[in-house]
Amino acid sequence: MNTATNMQNQSTALSISPRLAKNVRRNIKERVIELILMLAALSAVFTTFAIVAILLYESLGFFKVVSLVEFFTSTEWTPLFEDAHYGIMPLVSGTLTTSAVALAVAVPVGTIGAIYLSEFASHKTREIVKPMLELLVGVPTIAFGYFALLFVTPLLQKVFPELPGFNMLSAGIVMGVMIVPYIASVAEDAMRAVPMSMREGSYAMGATRFQTAIRVVTPAAVSGIVAAYILAISRAVGETMVVAVAAGQQPTLTFNPMDGAATITAYIVQVAMGDLPHGSIGYQSIFAAGLVLFALTLGFNIIGHIVRKKFREQY
Amino acid sequence: MTTETLKTKASVLENLVAVRAMIRRHKRNDVIFAAIGLIALMLGLLTLLTLFLDLVMDGYPRFTLEFFSNFPSRRAANAGLLSAWVGSLLVMTVTFLTAVPMGVAAGLYLEEYAPKNWFSDLIEINVSNLAGVPSIIYGLLALGLFVYGLGLGESILTAGLTLGLLTLPVVIVSTREAIRGIPVAIREAAYAVGATKWQVVKDHVVKYSQGGILTGVIIGMSRAIGETAPIITIGALTFIAFLPPTPITEVAPFINFEWLSSGFTVLPIQMFNWLSRPDHAFHTNAAATGAIIIVVTLLMNGTAIYLRYQIRKNIKW
Amino acid sequence: MINATTALKAESRDLNFFYSNGNQALKSVSMPLYENKITALIGPSGCGKSTFLRCFNRMHDLYPGNKYEGQIVMHPDNTNILEAGVDPIEVRMRISMVFQKPNPFPKSIFENVAYGLRVRGEKNKRTVADKVEEALKGAALWNEVKDRQQDLAFNLSGGQQQRLCIARALATDPEIMLFDEPTSALDPIATANIEELMSELKSKLTILVVTHNMQQAARVSDYTAYMYLGEMMEYGDTDTIFTRPTRKETEDYITGKFG
Repeated sequence: MNTATNMQNQSTALSISPRLAKNVRRNIKERVIELILMLAALSAVFTTFAIVAILLYESLGFFKVVSLVEFFTSTEWTPLFEDAHYGIMPLVSGTLTTSAVALAVAVPVGTIGAIYLSEFASHKTREIVKPMLELLVGVPTIAFGYFALLFVTPLLQKVFPELPGFNMLSAGIVMGVMIVPYIASVAEDAMRAVPMSMREGSYAMGATRFQTAIRVVTPAAVSGIVAAYILAISRAVGETMVVAVAAGQQPTLTFNPMDGAATITAYIVQVAMGDLPHGSIGYQSIFAAGLVLFALTLGFNIIGHIVRKKFREQY
Repeated sequence: MTTETLKTKASVLENLVAVRAMIRRHKRNDVIFAAIGLIALMLGLLTLLTLFLDLVMDGYPRFTLEFFSNFPSRRAANAGLLSAWVGSLLVMTVTFLTAVPMGVAAGLYLEEYAPKNWFSDLIEINVSNLAGVPSIIYGLLALGLFVYGLGLGESILTAGLTLGLLTLPVVIVSTREAIRGIPVAIREAAYAVGATKWQVVKDHVVKYSQGGILTGVIIGMSRAIGETAPIITIGALTFIAFLPPTPITEVAPFINFEWLSSGFTVLPIQMFNWLSRPDHAFHTNAAATGAIIIVVTLLMNGTAIYLRYQIRKNIKW
Repeated sequence: MINATTALKAESRDLNFFYSNGNQALKSVSMPLYENKITALIGPSGCGKSTFLRCFNRMHDLYPGNKYEGQIVMHPDNTNILEAGVDPIEVRMRISMVFQKPNPFPKSIFENVAYGLRVRGEKNKRTVADKVEEALKGAALWNEVKDRQQDLAFNLSGGQQQRLCIARALATDPEIMLFDEPTSALDPIATANIEELMSELKSKLTILVVTHNMQQAARVSDYTAYMYLGEMMEYGDTDTIFTRPTRKETEDYITGKFG
């Protein structure tokens, strides 16, 4: 009796085992696939760490020669000259000036555009305009560089005859136009997130569209709109080709947009174009400049995302 | 009617006249603002149009077949784009082959597999952070890592990988968005008939989000094709008057990979090269190249936007 | 049955309403609105009572494709407020509204109440301050907020926010005030406050209130209308509707057999 049951059990086990084996194989395959996908996702983490590591490693070589005090206080940046100075400030001033000009254009135009899209445009207009703005974002920046140097600058020189051929004003304006769609779309998202009940409350008081947009929707979306500005600063600071082509190559400590001056990005391009030996101080200097640029954009991006997240939690 | 009600009636009417005048005044602001808003938006589009026309008008003498079949030359009128467009094509091939599989895989992992913990948060933060890193920083990464660290030199492989990393966040984000549109019910239906996770992902999730993923891929590739800064940074701004070795050979094994380590130039680099010369004759070449790049990127973006529009229209759930 | 001596403030005549998707939400609704009285709209959800209420301040105009047919006539000036030539803004300046969920603006308490005046272009600081105080008193909120009028309105409790919204609607001296289920998001104490407030307000203006709560309708209103599937089933003074309804459907709804 007992043996019979045992035997029966054994035979059941035998008949199950091939299925079990198949299950095991399938589970292993599933785990392997998951692992591969995870590695792909980890590539994003790897890239970030690689960027930080490379920038820090090469900058470390740079800062063995150049003191941090000189880096942040010297008013000249001439790493490739006989009489070398290593003050990052002239590049920072160029970067901030071109970015300021860009924002002076993009903030009003982008905000007005966003208010129009969110509160005034009909569904149909929005469906047409938004893809067109996306097309504008897709235009390569080198083309905008050409435009700034050979179209906008000559145009500006008709108004300001003393304007040099390379100047931050023209580069900044063109960069501003490039950033308009970005501000418009992020700010519009923020405004459309404002609940309809708030608009209804305003309209019910007899407000017009304009009054509702300016007095209720814009204040309600203000942190989202500010986040758009901050993220736009980060873009302007990191923009390269327009300034490399049109703003000038000479690191100059100036905040006058009518001057020509190099930005951090323009300097990197300029050095990379030349033939610098690997490991030289000139080679390392572009990584030091890159580190400052990375820190600046990362800072703005983080602040921008925090502000944006705060805004999203609000509604 | 009593005099009392007549009086109220008169005051209401009088009041209404004033109210109507005020509303007319206020509504004028509506119209003015709507006009300003439309102009603000048109400003961008008008700039694009002006930019394009400017490039076409400046560059039209170069819209010839020779321009596409000539190598760069010291004489502007003879200089052409051959090495540049071939280079762009080859670099884009490498970019496509790195960014698409990695990006889609990463997107699938984050949407379908990743547990909700600090680990996936870390990946997520990195992806959104990478999307905001200036492209020139990727150039520095490539210079330090690919060119010197791994000894790949200023090659097509280096450029392709660099642009691949740059495109990765775009592909990841669009993959995730496309996947998110698929209802849970579809997944549950597949699980209910005994599918494994990977079968659900491969046969359903990927299949139904193909269109959305493709849209993101096209947008990412069109951005990569116009990228200039990172390519300059890896030191590729040189005079290239030759073509890389062909990938397909006449003798076995019919494929060679020498082209990957070849020097190269691409369209935007060639444009920058011509643009930064003092000789104005070369600016004509730069303009023509710019017009061509814009046409290519606009076509790609336009296709992507149209595709997305079609997908949204035909969505069944 | 209906007291003939009270003056008519407004009336809807054969009102049809169509949403942009083609659904007809109101079918030939006719109903009077008497001055300084509270009229309650009751009926099961989806019966069109809110849709009807929102016709009175042309709220449906905010969404493209909605269509009205018929008339809502305001007295004493006999304006048909649904007429194409009448600006919805003008209508909303005469008829204000309190919503289901309190919807204060992201502004201070003071600025919330002052909003209607600002929208009308009132610049005189003294006038604005006086009107705000008067409205806050009228909404029984003054004692609670008089020392913190610059605080953000979001910091108030739900019941206070709703009274703030009433003060906001009150500050511009509207002729009619619409309440769209004003207490459905509030606790019983806050509800009692709002109901008491409505009874006080009717000396100054005419009230139309949508409610899903029949006790509320019985407590506060002078007239009650029962709506069902977009139609006006029965209208009469509240006592009659609740004690001797003429139609079987009304009785079923009121006694809870249906709805």
